[in-house]
Amino acid sequence: MTTAASLPAVAPAARERTRHLLIALGTPLLGTFIGLLIGAIMIVLAGDDPLVIYQTMFLGAFGGGRQLTETILQASPYLLIALGLTAAFRARVWNIGAEGQYYMGALAAGATALLLPGVPGYFMIPIMMVLGAAGGAVWAFIPGILKTRRGINEIISTLMLNYIAILLVQYMARGPLQDPQGFLPQSAQLVNADRLPLLFGSRIHLGVLIAFLFVPIIYLLLWRTPLGFWLRAVGSRASVVRYAGVNVDRMILFAITFSGALAGLAGILAVSGDGFRLKGDISNGYGFDGVLIALLGRMHPVGVMVAAIFFAALTVGAQAMSVVSQLPASLASAIQAVVVLSVLATDAAVHRGRD
Amino acid sequence: MSQAGMPVLQMRGIVKRFPGVVANAGIDFDLLPGEVHALLGENGAGKTTLMNILYGMYAPDSGEIWLRDRRVSIASPHAAIALGLGMVHQHFMLVQPFTVAENIVLGQPSPREPFNENSRDLHKRLDALSQKYGLAVRPDSPIWTLSVGEQQRVEILKALYRGAEVLILDEPTSVLTPQEADELLAIISRLAREGKSVVFISHKLGEVLAASDRITVLRDGKVVGTVAARETDKQALACMMVGREVVLSVTKTPAHPGETRLALHNVQADSDRGLPALRGISLEVRSGEILGIAGVDGNGQRELEETIAGLRVTTGGSIVIGGQDTTNTSPRQTGCCGLAHIPSDRYRMGMLGDFTVAENLMLQRLGSPPFTQHGWLQWDNVRQAARELVTAFDVRTPSVDTLCGNLSGGNAQKVVLARELARAPRVLLAAQPTRGLDVSAIEYVHRKLIEQRDGGVAILLISTELDEILSLSDRIAVIYEGKIVGLVDAGEADVNEIGLLMAGQSRQQGHLREDRVPQEAL
Repeated sequence: MTTAASLPAVAPAARERTRHLLIALGTPLLGTFIGLLIGAIMIVLAGDDPLVIYQTMFLGAFGGGRQLTETILQASPYLLIALGLTAAFRARVWNIGAEGQYYMGALAAGATALLLPGVPGYFMIPIMMVLGAAGGAVWAFIPGILKTRRGINEIISTLMLNYIAILLVQYMARGPLQDPQGFLPQSAQLVNADRLPLLFGSRIHLGVLIAFLFVPIIYLLLWRTPLGFWLRAVGSRASVVRYAGVNVDRMILFAITFSGALAGLAGILAVSGDGFRLKGDISNGYGFDGVLIALLGRMHPVGVMVAAIFFAALTVGAQAMSVVSQLPASLASAIQAVVVLSVLATDAAVHRGRD
Repeated sequence: MSQAGMPVLQMRGIVKRFPGVVANAGIDFDLLPGEVHALLGENGAGKTTLMNILYGMYAPDSGEIWLRDRRVSIASPHAAIALGLGMVHQHFMLVQPFTVAENIVLGQPSPREPFNENSRDLHKRLDALSQKYGLAVRPDSPIWTLSVGEQQRVEILKALYRGAEVLILDEPTSVLTPQEADELLAIISRLAREGKSVVFISHKLGEVLAASDRITVLRDGKVVGTVAARETDKQALACMMVGREVVLSVTKTPAHPGETRLALHNVQADSDRGLPALRGISLEVRSGEILGIAGVDGNGQRELEETIAGLRVTTGGSIVIGGQDTTNTSPRQTGCCGLAHIPSDRYRMGMLGDFTVAENLMLQRLGSPPFTQHGWLQWDNVRQAARELVTAFDVRTPSVDTLCGNLSGGNAQKVVLARELARAPRVLLAAQPTRGLDVSAIEYVHRKLIEQRDGGVAILLISTELDEILSLSDRIAVIYEGKIVGLVDAGEADVNEIGLLMAGQSRQQGHLREDRVPQEAL
């Protein structure tokens, strides 16, 4: 209080902002570089040439139209989930249950499609969207209400609800909704009308477009509407928001439910954009990766978009790597993890250095 | 100067920079044996930084510290204690369930028999020390049974037990009642008489003049001057602190109270722990008057503030603001009834530190036109209105886009004040409106409050600074353990009486109105 407080010596705002921007952009780049460097050591230890491997991975993710399409497709669920979590995390609502909300979204959309055959696509697709989002939203609303009414920590309740959702979908996929003609734990194929329409004559479907549309939407929500302002204000100091006459509980409920809805929307992509079946294992941990991506993207929509593409590229690149080299695919996951850790650690180090 | 001779402590050319701020810009300070040397200055002048350097909490960027004839470098508080320095912080560092003696040996470097400290010997030694310096604390009392003043004396005893020759007291009276503060000043002079040297950090002119031999005034990280207490006065010191003439006393005309704007009837509320904190408070504040609530911190002030603002549940009684019952409504509702609220905790309630000045200035109005139109925030309008308020209230900020957390305490409070007064309130709830502010900022806030009063606003002033209550209020109520134990017109107020009521002592013969004093206080 006594030290830095009273002198009116605050550096000019513009220069300060440039410096902030440089740090905001430079830190993750530096962290990524360090992470890749450590990854290189791991590759050498595994008996391969890191430069060749990294080149393979890069070309596998960005090397051509097909590769780019694959990366973008892969990035979409990441992006939707992490954008929703961005809104929640900005309000300091720690929804760790995107995985479960994603499953519930997939279940709601998949069940709708399977139970309503023969409905035309222009009608069916919107219904699936709404119900899928609602599935995720409801699954997030439960821990939300538990938090605001009973003060139950949302980290624990959302985490627990993940397992219920996953097991429920697995049960449905091998029970009531199982393909009557098949033996695998998965539903029958969705009819064409229930599939997300493809765009630009490529494999890019409507869901991808929606995911990327949410980048500006989230930005506008958070920084251009009173609702977004209060969400961020709750994250800064909830007691001030209460003082200002705004219902904090309602903000928290909105934040968690909204993030659940986006995770539910992402779940639809797994059923209706790809695979076209409801399966017991529709997620590769998207909901958990989404948490990392939201944090890695510094809870800013543009940063989250970059992080989502980066994550997708690593995943897609790893597939290319396992085709070309003898290295196990798990090495790619290890590199992914090391890079995330390095970026977060660099971030923490830079911040501590400044304080 | 009380004693001649070699200084026990010299700090020479101390420089300490923080990012963007030079907290200490070449400070010289010396302390003679048996001397009480006050370090006076506004918040941010560099007092606490200087003492934190001395106590080993910060390393200076340059400068030397000499203890008697030895140059020392003090790397940690641990090293400082070993060199005979002792510091009593504003916030006590005591374990509540432990006894005085246990707290004093706690964390001591390797007592010979750590689990078998001969407690009778220890108690005897502590008793002797306590008596020598008039501290009057019993070694076997658990801390939680002690008053704030006693706890402070335990801290002093702890420092003495650890062999302190130089005692640093950081704003020691800020937590005390007037009587306790007087007792402390007596202890300080006794310590000096017994040969200890005392550095006394304060921004209160009266006590500095009363307790010290010499006074060093800091401003903007530099020494303005060192003067003998005998040869100066309040006006001169204030001028040195601020760098210009300061109006110390509040000038105000008699109040012309109008209709009742805020009425509390037998209001009850619980504390955060669920214990009764307000036990039947009845008050009326009229238009054009300031009702001051005096009391030692923690006697229900925060609960009273929050209950009126609609932030805390009322368990009994009723609150009427501007003729409308607002009992158990919401801050939005009380705001609609004309209540503006300057919260006691600026950073927990009053403002968002990592949001801009503009956002904080428009906090309650952001969602309504012209700041939000068709659902979209109009940042240009927000900034424009904010700029006008910044000018009107003379907030010193580089721009309205500066983060509020980067403002000084005084300017941050001006932001809160500007926002609340811009709502054209009918009732103003001002809780600790000058807490942590420096002399010139206090002057500004006081002037604004009087201005509002003269404009017909009903003001409820809750403050633990008795001087502030006395100089601003038209009527004074004393709160003790959640009850109003006295209500008196400011013209008839007697400081000693109010002090006693604040401490929960029974009322003595005086001007307090018999009929307004609840039975329990008699």
